[in-house]
Amino acid sequence: MNIKKQFKEGLITNNPVLVQLIGMCATMAITTTLFNGVGMGLSVLVILTCCNVVVSAIRKIIPDEIRLAIFVVVIAGFVTIVDLLLQAFIPALSAALGVFIPLIVVNCIIIGRAEAFCQKNTVGASFFDGIFQGLGYTCVLIVMCVVREFLGSGRFGGGLIDVTNGFRFTLDGTGGGIQIFPADYGASILNLPFGGFITLGCLIALMQFALKRSKKKKEEAEKAPQDEEKEVA
Amino acid sequence: MLTQIIAISLGAILTNNFIFSQFLGCCPFLGCSSKVDTATGMGLAVVFVMGLASAICWVIYTYVLVPLGLTFLNTLAFILVIAALVQFVEMFLKKSVPSLYSALGIYLPLITTNCAVLGVVLLNVQNHYNFLESVVYGVTGGLGFMLAIVLFASVRERIAFADYPESFEGFPICLVSAGLLALAFMGFSGMKIV
Repeated sequence: MNIKKQFKEGLITNNPVLVQLIGMCATMAITTTLFNGVGMGLSVLVILTCCNVVVSAIRKIIPDEIRLAIFVVVIAGFVTIVDLLLQAFIPALSAALGVFIPLIVVNCIIIGRAEAFCQKNTVGASFFDGIFQGLGYTCVLIVMCVVREFLGSGRFGGGLIDVTNGFRFTLDGTGGGIQIFPADYGASILNLPFGGFITLGCLIALMQFALKRSKKKKEEAEKAPQDEEKEVA
Repeated sequence: MLTQIIAISLGAILTNNFIFSQFLGCCPFLGCSSKVDTATGMGLAVVFVMGLASAICWVIYTYVLVPLGLTFLNTLAFILVIAALVQFVEMFLKKSVPSLYSALGIYLPLITTNCAVLGVVLLNVQNHYNFLESVVYGVTGGLGFMLAIVLFASVRERIAFADYPESFEGFPICLVSAGLLALAFMGFSGMKIV
């Protein structure tokens, strides 16, 4: 397993949300401001990496029949740790994400990676897999947040960036973001649940389009030299 | 008391529908909705498990976690309860109601990872519901899920004949139509219980 390949898989060709189509609930629910998106993405990244390392470390000890129960306990343990840390140090994020932080327990990405990857791979490979899959997830969340926030209320970086007293980052969720055009002109429908479904739908469609295209190109590239050989013959 | 119960039920089924406004349980919603029959089976199983899970988790939270001061472990405790409950329901149905068991098939074990189930027990704790309110919220939340998934399955059966861009094939077109359904459900948000 080389790291470069894993990086590409996590971010593009095997992206958890856009290609594997898992972990969609939170993706659609919390992507209303950049603050939520980045917070959720990084929480999942940390939990996923920790769980991957632990699961792959104990993969030879655990009996096959009860492996899912053990995965769930490991995941729930890390989720509780992250939940409590967020409540203590970034209470605004904890309040904004609400029930979706504890719900990371049943996020299919984490149990899916444990089942599909960590069971068969070494600790090191699982560690990088966690980081890259987490990054892929975070990227999707950020893209969704940016699109929904920009089109919905004409802002960028709501909650995370504060520009009232010069440019600075905030962690208490009070930052108003950068207003690009007046909020009244935005399609506020994108801030509603409807916006989550539509944005994710369009994003996945875009991904399918891009993947299909690159596949076609590859096939053509493979075909071309064969044709030339035929012509020569 | 009665108005409170009615308010909770209407909220869970219509105004704050688990799928269309809270995004809980989207995975099975998108995964098991290609046919109306399977969608109904899944919906029924979820109603059952959500009601039972609400009741049991309320008892465990109030009589075990709170007295012991272990409320911070609620996520861990709830997921274990749900996993055990689903396993138990599966065994029980297999022995006593085999027809329902075979109808639900693979959907029963999948309910463990349905975030609507864990979501409803966590929301019960968050909203400080009493026992009756928790059970009502669980059952009606499940009914809301069932309504959504059955409606969506009927829509999906027709999408099959629709003419949409090739890139939208599969999940994207489903998400877009689910979005339109969510928009329709927005219409309920003006309702209020006097």
